[in-house]
Amino acid sequence: MVGPQCLYAVFDDYRKVVFHSCEAEFHIGHSFGGEEDFCNTLGCHYKLIIQIVFLVFLFKEISEIHIIDFDDENNIINKNVLLHQAGEIWHIAASPADKAVITTCYNKTSDSRVVSCAAVWRMPSDWDSGSHESPDDSAHNAQTLELLCHLDNSAHGNAACVLWEPMGDGKRVISLADNHALLWDLQESCTQATVSSTATLEGKGQLKFTSGKWSPHHNCSQLATANDTSIRGWDLRTMSQIYCIENAHGQLVRDLDFNPNRQYYLASCGDDCKVKFWDVRNVQEPVKTLEEHSHWVWSVRYNHSHDQLVLTASSDSRLILSNMVSISSEPFGHLVDDEELSEGEDNHQEEKSKEPLKDNVVSTYEEHEDSVYAAEWSSADPWLFASLSYDGRLVINRVPRALKYSILL
Amino acid sequence: MAAHFLCCGGFFWSDFSMDPEGSMLDESGRRRKVHGMLKLYYGLNEEGKAPEQPQSLDPCDINGPHFDPELYLNKLRRECSLGELMDHETCMVKQIRSLDSDMQTLVYENYNKFISATDTIRKMKNDFKKMEDEMDCLSANMAAITDFSASISGTLQDQHAQITKLSGVHTLLRKLQFLFELPARLNKCLELQAYAQAVSSHRRARCVLQQYSHLPSFKGIQDDCNAIMEKLAQELRQKFRDGGTSAKDLSECVELLLQLDEPAEELCEKFLSHARSRLEQDLQGLEAEIKPHLPIPAVKEAATCRSPSTAALGSPKDSPKMLSLPSPTPNTDILEFIDRGCNEFVSSLCLVITSYQELFINHAQTGELASKNIPQMANNKLKAFVDDLAARYFSLVERRIQEEKGVSDNSLLVRALDRFHRRLQAVSKLLPGSTVPNQGTEIVIRAATERVKQYLTALQSFYMDSLTDVRQALATPRLSVAAASVAGGGAHLGGAASGRDAPNSLPELLSSLSASILNQIKSVLASVHLFTAKDITFSNKPYFKGEFCSQGVRENLVVNFIRFVCQSSRQFCESAGDKGGSTPPALLLLLSRLCLDFETSTISYILTLTDEQFLVQHQNPITPVTTLCGEAREAAQKLLNHYVKVQGLIISQMLRKSVETRDWVNTIEPRNVRAVMKRVVEDTTSIDVQVGLLYEEGVRKAHSSDSSKRTFSVYSSSRQQPRYAASYTPSAPMDTNLLSNIHKLFSERIDIFSSVEFNKVSVMTGIIKISLKTFLECVRLRTFGRYGLQQIQVDCHYLQMYLWRFVSDENLVHFLLDEIVGSSAHRCLDPCPMEQSVIEVICERG
Repeated sequence: MVGPQCLYAVFDDYRKVVFHSCEAEFHIGHSFGGEEDFCNTLGCHYKLIIQIVFLVFLFKEISEIHIIDFDDENNIINKNVLLHQAGEIWHIAASPADKAVITTCYNKTSDSRVVSCAAVWRMPSDWDSGSHESPDDSAHNAQTLELLCHLDNSAHGNAACVLWEPMGDGKRVISLADNHALLWDLQESCTQATVSSTATLEGKGQLKFTSGKWSPHHNCSQLATANDTSIRGWDLRTMSQIYCIENAHGQLVRDLDFNPNRQYYLASCGDDCKVKFWDVRNVQEPVKTLEEHSHWVWSVRYNHSHDQLVLTASSDSRLILSNMVSISSEPFGHLVDDEELSEGEDNHQEEKSKEPLKDNVVSTYEEHEDSVYAAEWSSADPWLFASLSYDGRLVINRVPRALKYSILL
Repeated sequence: MAAHFLCCGGFFWSDFSMDPEGSMLDESGRRRKVHGMLKLYYGLNEEGKAPEQPQSLDPCDINGPHFDPELYLNKLRRECSLGELMDHETCMVKQIRSLDSDMQTLVYENYNKFISATDTIRKMKNDFKKMEDEMDCLSANMAAITDFSASISGTLQDQHAQITKLSGVHTLLRKLQFLFELPARLNKCLELQAYAQAVSSHRRARCVLQQYSHLPSFKGIQDDCNAIMEKLAQELRQKFRDGGTSAKDLSECVELLLQLDEPAEELCEKFLSHARSRLEQDLQGLEAEIKPHLPIPAVKEAATCRSPSTAALGSPKDSPKMLSLPSPTPNTDILEFIDRGCNEFVSSLCLVITSYQELFINHAQTGELASKNIPQMANNKLKAFVDDLAARYFSLVERRIQEEKGVSDNSLLVRALDRFHRRLQAVSKLLPGSTVPNQGTEIVIRAATERVKQYLTALQSFYMDSLTDVRQALATPRLSVAAASVAGGGAHLGGAASGRDAPNSLPELLSSLSASILNQIKSVLASVHLFTAKDITFSNKPYFKGEFCSQGVRENLVVNFIRFVCQSSRQFCESAGDKGGSTPPALLLLLSRLCLDFETSTISYILTLTDEQFLVQHQNPITPVTTLCGEAREAAQKLLNHYVKVQGLIISQMLRKSVETRDWVNTIEPRNVRAVMKRVVEDTTSIDVQVGLLYEEGVRKAHSSDSSKRTFSVYSSSRQQPRYAASYTPSAPMDTNLLSNIHKLFSERIDIFSSVEFNKVSVMTGIIKISLKTFLECVRLRTFGRYGLQQIQVDCHYLQMYLWRFVSDENLVHFLLDEIVGSSAHRCLDPCPMEQSVIEVICERG
């Protein structure tokens, strides 16, 4: 069992990196999510239980991407460093099809102007060679990313984030730039990108997408975006708006996540310290609201297989794991066996007839000393999650054993 | 007597001589005996017993019954000296002598009494003899008188018998004459309409005629009489049917008809239906008053209601009256209405009941009708009749009461209800088993609860109205007041306050608001109190004594109102949760203070007042004061938290815009503090003034005399300086970062949006925390050039100079500003900090 202390000790060894790159680590969180599929394949490749990969960046013209392997059985943490020379990375996402392909959104400073760009990169094929070297060396003989193509269109402004098609073949990405959502087709093994369709957010003032999420449901034809206090849903086939939650949060909406098992359920978080759960069929009222944080909530994540587990990260330096039983696809404390568990959609009717279940905060993690900007579930082990704070501390935690068994049994 | 005495004396002395051994002993024994005999003689035994009893067993006790002279003597001889013995002897001799003389006196007295008794007896003997002679004489005289009286009665007997016979004949002749004259007399009575006389005459003759009807002459008389009586009955019936006759006439009529063996049931019904038609007229009159705007349906209804028998008589007379009624009375007030109802309907109902009872129940009970169960039947009919009419009356009254919507004058309603209830008591007295009074009381109770509900809504709408007023007052800044109060508040940046919402009259608004609420509650309580006033008849009903006070007034009115205040306050927080809402922050602050005042004093005051006024008996579970106080405090806390959030949001929006919209990479070298920072300080100051008007200062951690200078120098030079260096000299980064991390490790975690305490410092701390944290997070999202960083340095120094004074713990401000500068340094492309002295100069100039 690896606790936070253990992790802290590991970070102590890498202090140089950690302290050198405070800003960069800030971006780790953003990248963290995109990398899980990647780590999955990695695990198979090495025939080790490597469950989490982190990307860490260094500041300035050259950011660093740190790939961290966490070997659960042996409590070994390994790190690989890749250099991202284009600029400081704000957002990162990995292709679902090819483990070596990633996209980044980065700031480029040219002629004392800061411009946000997006690009597709390929990680060098032998990046893993340094994984067993001593940590001191890794910083020096870091390898460089290979640029595949730019996702730039100067007409469309600064890129905020790039989304891969969930469970797709790695051919389609969406980039959100200012008030445009661009759907790109990647061709010739990602070396060529063409805009296939665009959607534009129209309204008064300077509207700007802050974040988005590609829905894994409905044959991947839906997209949810956040701008200021509103959440909008888009149909990618027609590139038109399908719903809009005005004033979803009192202040800026920071992050979104789709329930992996219930197609209409969406979680959002924002600067009003709240986490809200929406049924997009009825956007007048949130289904549920959590008010556990005492500052802005930066990230909200559903567990990939047990969607009652929700992770939220806030700049009050806390990470909170909640058990949202009442709106999950899985009935809690029941006698259904595992087969039924897996097909969550079928249980809807059955679940509604049951008495209302209690939602509760499972635990609050206070290991971080500064704002926590990112939290992510491991895609390999559904009970493992990590969080990253501004001061560069990465904490890996597990779902409490008691809860795990009560969900499984 | 003398001989007897001597004899006794002799006996004593012989006794004495028989015991020569000790004179002492003999003396005492003798003395005791004498004493005992004297006592026996005078019946003193009982008295003497008590003291003797305890010592009686002692043989050495001279006065005891078990006295043993020998033992006593021996004891004396053993214990006393010669001298003592001698003394003893003399003492004893003295006692003996005195006893002797006592005895002599007693004997002499008794002797005298005996002699006088003998004389009395002798005298009585003589007197009796004389009396005996007189008695003999008396008995002889009595015998002579008896003889005389016997002879007199013997002589008078014949004459007496003759007289008796003659008087019998005379009576018979009188009766016969009466019979023969009867038809003529009846006819005459009929002509004179003296029905009562006729009936009584006929009744007297009826049974005689019946008995002798086999004689032709009597038969003729009987037939004549019957014919006449038939006619009479006919006339009476006609009169009875005629609705115009007065109640008195009517009752007379009924009485006579009853005597004429008319079937009682039919009469009852006729009587009641007649009464009903008249009462219905009253009811229709009342109904017409309720809805004067609908005269035509009312008349139609009236026409259909009337029974067919009375329609013929009633309609021509009443119809014009009915039509004319609505127009002159547009809508009378409730007291008038009830008055009219009482005077017209209830009093005539009472009259009907009285006469009915007189006729069919009381009267019948005495006569031969009682046997036919008539009282019972009549009673049932009456009850059904009264219930039916009363139900209609009640429904009318209730409709009228429901129209009483305005809460302006409660006394009118109470008086009306009182009158209504009082008059129904009369019915209950007349008809003991009737449900009418209970239904009446229920109506009163319903009216009272309805009224309490109306008061609650009135209070609620009053509260909302006064909130609107306060809102308007807050929205229109009164400059004259503003200047005065800002000056009073001692704010150095007071001028800025007038531009934003006017904090000037907040305490006045608060006091006027709470005073008006309190006054309103008091006046409502006073009006409601009328329901339980001593002189109101229904106030002593158990409902008004118990449930009305505790449930109705205390719970439903007062407690619900307080709850409403808290609830509506809380709604301000919820509805306004997004985008700062439309609620002005000053209103939030004001309401928060109001709720807090409620918690500390107002609630307990109001409830005590209510309990005192209404003497609430706590039989039902009631809401305790502490619960309400808890709710009020919760509301106050929520409002204040929300106030902090809203104000913090306003300031943080300013900061956020200022950070987000600027191009920090290509900015020029800072020469001034940015205007937005001045604005932030100004706003903070005005908020401080605003909060200070309503909340106490609160506790702050002690700080040094010149906090701005001292702490700033520490924070910029000794700690910050090496940290900047760290970000671009990778060789020695460890110390500073370690320092910073250790600092974070030991400093308390700051909850940004957390609950605040009810004082100014805590509120200000909350607002500043939110603002600075926003500033920090925004800075972390930007990239800075060299001058951008320097501008941030200048701004932070400026904030540092002014903000420390508002917060409870200045280290908090230092820490957050420290973080801001640190973060911007990390985000800087060319981190080259500004000289501390330059910063200071810029800030002081700005």
